Amino acid sequence: MVPLLYYQLLSAALFGIGLYGVLARRSAVLIVLSIELMLNAVNINLIAAASYLNGIGRVIAIFVITVAAAEVGLAFAIILRMYRNRGTVNVDEINLLKW
Amino acid sequence: MIRLDVFSSFFKVLLLLATAATILFSLRSEELDARLKGEYYALLLAITFGMFLMTSSTNLLMIFISLEMVSLTSYILAGFLTHNPRASEAAFKYITFGAVASGTMLFGLSLLFGMAGSGDLGQISVRLTELLASGEVAPLAVLIAITFVLAGVGYKIASVPFHMWSPDVYEGAPIPITAFLSVASKSAGFALFIRFFYSGFGNSELMQAVDWTFMLAIVSALTMVVGNLAALPQQNVKRLLAYSSIAHGGYLLMGAVLLTSEGIGAILFYLVVYLFMNLGAFYVVVLIANEEGSEMIESYRGLASRAPLVAWAMAIFLFSLTGIPPFAGFFGKWLLFAAVLEQGYYWLALVGLLSSVVSLYYYARIVKAMFLEDPGEETTQISFSTGTFALLSVFVIPTILIGFLNIFYTFSNISVSVIPMQ
Repeated sequence: MVPLLYYQLLSAALFGIGLYGVLARRSAVLIVLSIELMLNAVNINLIAAASYLNGIGRVIAIFVITVAAAEVGLAFAIILRMYRNRGTVNVDEINLLKW
Repeated sequence: MIRLDVFSSFFKVLLLLATAATILFSLRSEELDARLKGEYYALLLAITFGMFLMTSSTNLLMIFISLEMVSLTSYILAGFLTHNPRASEAAFKYITFGAVASGTMLFGLSLLFGMAGSGDLGQISVRLTELLASGEVAPLAVLIAITFVLAGVGYKIASVPFHMWSPDVYEGAPIPITAFLSVASKSAGFALFIRFFYSGFGNSELMQAVDWTFMLAIVSALTMVVGNLAALPQQNVKRLLAYSSIAHGGYLLMGAVLLTSEGIGAILFYLVVYLFMNLGAFYVVVLIANEEGSEMIESYRGLASRAPLVAWAMAIFLFSLTGIPPFAGFFGKWLLFAAVLEQGYYWLALVGLLSSVVSLYYYARIVKAMFLEDPGEETTQISFSTGTFALLSVFVIPTILIGFLNIFYTFSNISVSVIPMQ
């Protein structure tokens, strides 16, 4: 079998890509998409670890999927509310709360 | 999965007090939309339940679930003023930051699971000690996993690299929710922090291989410095209290750096004191916001001539937050500094001392506005009902008396004894 390390490297790479997406994207929707990518990277890590060392990893992965779905629903509700109040989803233009 | 002991009961009592106070503030606050009251109180109770789980959780799964339950509900509560653009901006910043932070924490938890093969904190501790002793796992890997988890827990307690959400969310959220987040979220976060780090990684063999206390000391020092310095130019009282909450998180982290039960006992005692003085200060902010409709320091001018009892209460809360005797804040800081100095972290105590001194400036600025400046055009007396004064005295009296009563010290010390420590 492929060593566990390879799965963890894949997970780390996806996590890094997701983190880059959160930091570099200007649209609020794409930021939420990148957050989802980060959580799915963690899922790969958990399921791979649970396949090699049997444990609670698969259960945690199911909970992570559920919580990610709830979080996305909530994030889009907040983005909708922000769009109705400010007229834009471009995060560069949402700057009322400042230093 | 969850563990019921005196430690969690201590925090549950604190959280119940904070929730009761928030419900009483929300009844008096005029900001909230009356049509959404049902959802508001239901969410408040749900978040309290989530925090109860946070204080009792001993499994990686439960840590994640309870943290997410609290976080998701507080994203909704932070953005509750639906037609206020600042509120929706605050909620968006909160959810983005919080999702990234909990994603990072989850990555750390998955690394720990990948190393130890189990979710239970006790079994992780045993297994990691074996693996580090036999050399199969490098100490750096455990340190990296712990740092990732620190990202998530640090976001909850608003410590320095992860504090950026706090001023914006405190400014945009309704005032009772700001009060609740500043006290209850921080207390539950510290309960989770102490349980994770001390139950999971506190035994001496693990500590010799992986020294995470030094990282915490740096975080604590940075948090105190940044929190206090950033509060200096603030004009919005809620934002000022947000930065002051960040700084108080820094003082609390000082007690977590030591591996002694005095350090944790000092944290627990300080959280009790912090609850009363911070909730009291936010109650005065609620009263002034109802009356003047503004949260800026200018609306506090001349308050001593217009509502003397409220002004005196606010002065007591602010001086207690600074740490001036004989108020409770002084005793809390005394315990923390005593524990730190006893273990020899002189530089950390010095940083804490200097930042406490700096904090006097911005707290005294509000006191100066209340007592030494003339009110603007409105010089009428504000009269509050007896219910208001009764609720205010619920916070003022403990702020004056807690330092002198033995029972709080005893409760803190008993609660610490269940956390295994060397």
